[in-house]
Amino acid sequence: MSLFRIFDIAGSALSAQSTRLNTVASNIANAEVASSSAEDVYRSRQPVFAALLRGERGNAQNQLPGVQVLGIVESQRPPRVEHLPGHPLADENGYVYFPAISTVEEMANMLSAARSYQNNVEVASTVKQLMLRTLQLGQR
Amino acid sequence: MSKLIDAALGIHPKALSLGARRLEVLAANMANADTPGYKARDLDFRSALREATAARLEQTHARHLPGHAATTEELKYRVPNQPALDGNTVDAELEQTAFAEAAVRYQASLDFLASRIDGLRKALRGE
Repeated sequence: MSLFRIFDIAGSALSAQSTRLNTVASNIANAEVASSSAEDVYRSRQPVFAALLRGERGNAQNQLPGVQVLGIVESQRPPRVEHLPGHPLADENGYVYFPAISTVEEMANMLSAARSYQNNVEVASTVKQLMLRTLQLGQR
Repeated sequence: MSKLIDAALGIHPKALSLGARRLEVLAANMANADTPGYKARDLDFRSALREATAARLEQTHARHLPGHAATTEELKYRVPNQPALDGNTVDAELEQTAFAEAAVRYQASLDFLASRIDGLRKALRGE
């Protein structure tokens, strides 16, 4: 039954979106972590999604891909530098380095990931109901 | 016998399997709503069903066995309303409504099949 494959597709999307939620949580948690050098500062992490093709149906055009997380990239945005001579982590010139993370951006990212997650949960539960009804076909 | 059952069930088994295929296509679209470069696709249900029911091998002799030509339903790309900057053309709302519609159609096919099976059973019992 080809409905079974929808569970794979929706499941891969759920796992990809939860990876995205994880990176958002990590980014927001570390948004205010100070550091004494530009190299050591936390960098915002973002997952890279890609379509996951399985070599089952011969024609590549007709394949229905799930989602995979190709990797997690660190943002190359330069850190926010503040002049705080009294800060315990200040370097010799009195500068403290903060991650270049926009909390607003991360919150928007989180909402988008949560919506996509819900979408795929809905798909899986609808398909589950349809499959159960199909299995009961002709039972009386 | 199987020919009789085939005739009694009509178009609905094919509609059911095509409906499952369409649900799969739409689920893949929704799963890839955030994948860069993914192009949303859909199944032209009407033409696919017509093809699935019409495709038979021609019999040139009365004693030839009837054959069914293998049909490969073509998936078509959606015309994007507002493609994203990363090349993704999935419109989540559109896919959601299409999925709901496909699910209802699938259930309709199931109900039709159930009533046909019920009819067959009544005929066999002679009620």
